[in-house]
Amino acid sequence: MRMMASDEDLAKAAAQGDGAAFAALLERHYDRLFRLCFRLTGARAEAEDLCQDICAALPAKLRSWRGEARVTTWLWRVAVNAAHDRRRRRATYRKASDGWGDWEAARQADIADGRDRTDWLLAAMARLPEDLRDTMALVLDEVNHAEAGAILGVSEGTVSWRVSEAKKRLRALRATEEAR
Amino acid sequence: MTPDDDLDDLRSALEQVTPKPDPATRAAHLRLAQENFDRLQGAAHAPRPSSERPRRGAWSGARDMMNAITLRGGLTATTALAACGFLVLTPAGRTLLLEPFERGEVSASDPAPALAATEEAVARPSDPLAPAPEEASLPQAKVATGDEDARSVQAAPDLAVQEEMPGDLSGAASAEVPEAEPLPDPIAPVWVLPPEEAEAAPRSPSADPEAFAPLPPAVGRLERRAAPAPGGLLSRGLVLAPRSMDSLAPLPTPSTESFANADPNPLKVTAEEPVSTFSIDVDTASYGVVRQSLLSGALPPPDAVRTEEMVNYFPYDYPAPEAGEGPFRPTVSVMTTPWNPDTRLVAIGLQGQRPAVEDRPPLNLVFLIDTSGSMDDPRKLPLLRQSFGLMVGELRPEDQVAIVAYAGSAGLVLPPTPASDREAILGALGGLTAGGSTNGQGGLEQAYDTARRMASEGEVSRVILATDGDFNVGLSDPEGLEDYVAQERESGVFLSVLGFGRGNLEDATMQALAQNGNGQAAYIDSLQEAQKVLVDQLSGEMFPIAQDVKVQVEWNSATIAEYRVIGYETRALRREDFANDRVDAGELGAGHSVTALYEVTLVDSPARLTEPLRYQPERVAQAGSDEWGLLRLRWKEPGGEQSQLFETPITGTEEAGSEAHFAAAVAGWAQILREGGPLGDWGHEDAIGLATANRGEDPFGYRTEAVRLMRLSQSLSQR
Repeated sequence: MRMMASDEDLAKAAAQGDGAAFAALLERHYDRLFRLCFRLTGARAEAEDLCQDICAALPAKLRSWRGEARVTTWLWRVAVNAAHDRRRRRATYRKASDGWGDWEAARQADIADGRDRTDWLLAAMARLPEDLRDTMALVLDEVNHAEAGAILGVSEGTVSWRVSEAKKRLRALRATEEAR
Repeated sequence: MTPDDDLDDLRSALEQVTPKPDPATRAAHLRLAQENFDRLQGAAHAPRPSSERPRRGAWSGARDMMNAITLRGGLTATTALAACGFLVLTPAGRTLLLEPFERGEVSASDPAPALAATEEAVARPSDPLAPAPEEASLPQAKVATGDEDARSVQAAPDLAVQEEMPGDLSGAASAEVPEAEPLPDPIAPVWVLPPEEAEAAPRSPSADPEAFAPLPPAVGRLERRAAPAPGGLLSRGLVLAPRSMDSLAPLPTPSTESFANADPNPLKVTAEEPVSTFSIDVDTASYGVVRQSLLSGALPPPDAVRTEEMVNYFPYDYPAPEAGEGPFRPTVSVMTTPWNPDTRLVAIGLQGQRPAVEDRPPLNLVFLIDTSGSMDDPRKLPLLRQSFGLMVGELRPEDQVAIVAYAGSAGLVLPPTPASDREAILGALGGLTAGGSTNGQGGLEQAYDTARRMASEGEVSRVILATDGDFNVGLSDPEGLEDYVAQERESGVFLSVLGFGRGNLEDATMQALAQNGNGQAAYIDSLQEAQKVLVDQLSGEMFPIAQDVKVQVEWNSATIAEYRVIGYETRALRREDFANDRVDAGELGAGHSVTALYEVTLVDSPARLTEPLRYQPERVAQAGSDEWGLLRLRWKEPGGEQSQLFETPITGTEEAGSEAHFAAAVAGWAQILREGGPLGDWGHEDAIGLATANRGEDPFGYRTEAVRLMRLSQSLSQR
């Protein structure tokens, strides 16, 4: 039965305290969630951490799900926002950090990152400004422009503009890369 | 090509590089979510009485708080704590405690709103300021999955306070917590919304975490703890009551993320997991922190102690490779474990080639010196001048030095000058003054230009960037800066980064620069450290001889029942990454040595902790079955793409000398400080004895200093 139930039904049941429904829902979407996390962060370790944050907070978040959007739209929004928070925390932390101990920790983290960022495309994605990158992570994940707009809280037109802008930049990066 | 093809190409390319989730991690995440879900249900039905707080919270909160304190302030504050205990609650104690944070943008001077917020949060169960109880489970979850990923663990303390703080509020708060909604409450800024909550709230300006969390998260939270102290909330202050001196040892850690550390490596059963892989580590930062801490009269926080960095701080006199033998030579030695007569300690020492000093190629050094206003501090520019002065004394006449200063507009302070002209160089160093804002990139470009002009065949050119990390101008494009450095590395000019002082470090940028520039980075906090980094190790810092050095040991289950890597927790590699040349690992400089220690239990040892299995076929090694294991090393030539492999069996008959014994003493001491490891009743006394007996020549007194520090930590731990 669970296998047949729609996302929305599962989410509703879960919001009312049905643990099995929650499990089924997350099980169903975990892989895609992870994929999105990976594309938002560009590194496996980062993606795993982000995914863990999301999973840990999801039960509480689910209570705020009002059924006004598709479950996946809502879930991707949670993911994108969690990614923002993570970046912001890091940025804040960097700004305020005041010791070489931090610097060393960050270096270690980056070594780990570098290990994962094995591909040009990922590196290139990582260089895009955050909004373009988030948009691309969604659009390249088979999310249409309208839905991406709903997730990111911008208009469909903005999404389309961002996509073409991102493509332009990726092409430019590629060009400089090859010229080198 | 149409734009859409373009997108499809991207899509399929991205598809190829997107990994599948790791099944274990996936399971752990799903479990975590479910646990939180169940907890949330349970909490909704049975709220915890508000007087109850999670047991773990009391201490982890205090520790986090200490973590947040910057070194100096932290010591002041924690000394007060140690001396006064409960007196923290007195006005004097409070002032001390608060001092360090007043530097932050969030002012601690007005506790009243914080107090009000506290009460309000208690009074208003639905207030989003009181995080829902799912926060509480985060720390455990982080630790649970942390084995493979040190960063998860390091994130744990960060969350621990969240567990602790809401703990006393959640009783009331969790009864019915609708998800956080933007709270147009002027009091809100005193509180840092937990990130997960902030997700739902940040679109309203008053609830934007950026706006009111300008400090590292831990500092922000500490704020909340310290603030309510007045106003009769005495019980709250009790959180600070020390359980013991040990547990309240001042933690001179600039932030919760300072100390990447993982739980001590667990015992491994050879039959189940015969292969152990890690990257070498030539960093020594941990020893510096331990030393600073002890000299200030406090035990270091256990997490600040990275055993391998403690061990590798010291130069070891392992046999160096013969000419033509390769860049380094491994030395394996075996001894009875000092803290357990029934196990053996296997020490693996790598000794880098020591290029004869007279044979080294001439050096072209460009000192790129940050003279921005922030460098105007006794621990920055003056120390920098002295440090470079020390180094100049060690250079040879054919070496050349140029000095570029960067502040506002970059400038060539000293054109390339032979090192023999010390007067000119020291004069130029002495003439540097701090002022203006920093223009990192302009300075770098000029430094590289200068270095290129100095370079000629067979010489080593290196830019030595000395800064407090403040790239406050020209940082519009950090990636551009990194790329620039990486590109220059290709052209043969290397970059080293020396950090001075604390306060406004752009750690991300510095870190990226050093990595891309193929250089070591070191933190200079005293002239002694300058001596060690710039003079004693001049050759090592200047000439890398091997990079991406990885160590892998395969133990023979026929002879070794169990083993344990001592240290290297944060350096563990996956087994398959050993031969993967794209996986980065540590670099070895000329003359550097690296030591790794294994504690192994032979199959017939009474110390064996696991029983042999009855039904599993005893795996018998095919060849050399009385060997203990096989040591494999991989490294690349500097700048090389392909790694080389070295293999040598460990026979168990290699006699350990004083070098390995000293390493064992330091490792034992580090484990005492870490409060981890199966040391039994082996303690400071034994470590001091072992270290003293094996000090060797110790020409620079590093080992003597270590013994002194051991004695200090012994006294401190007995207090």
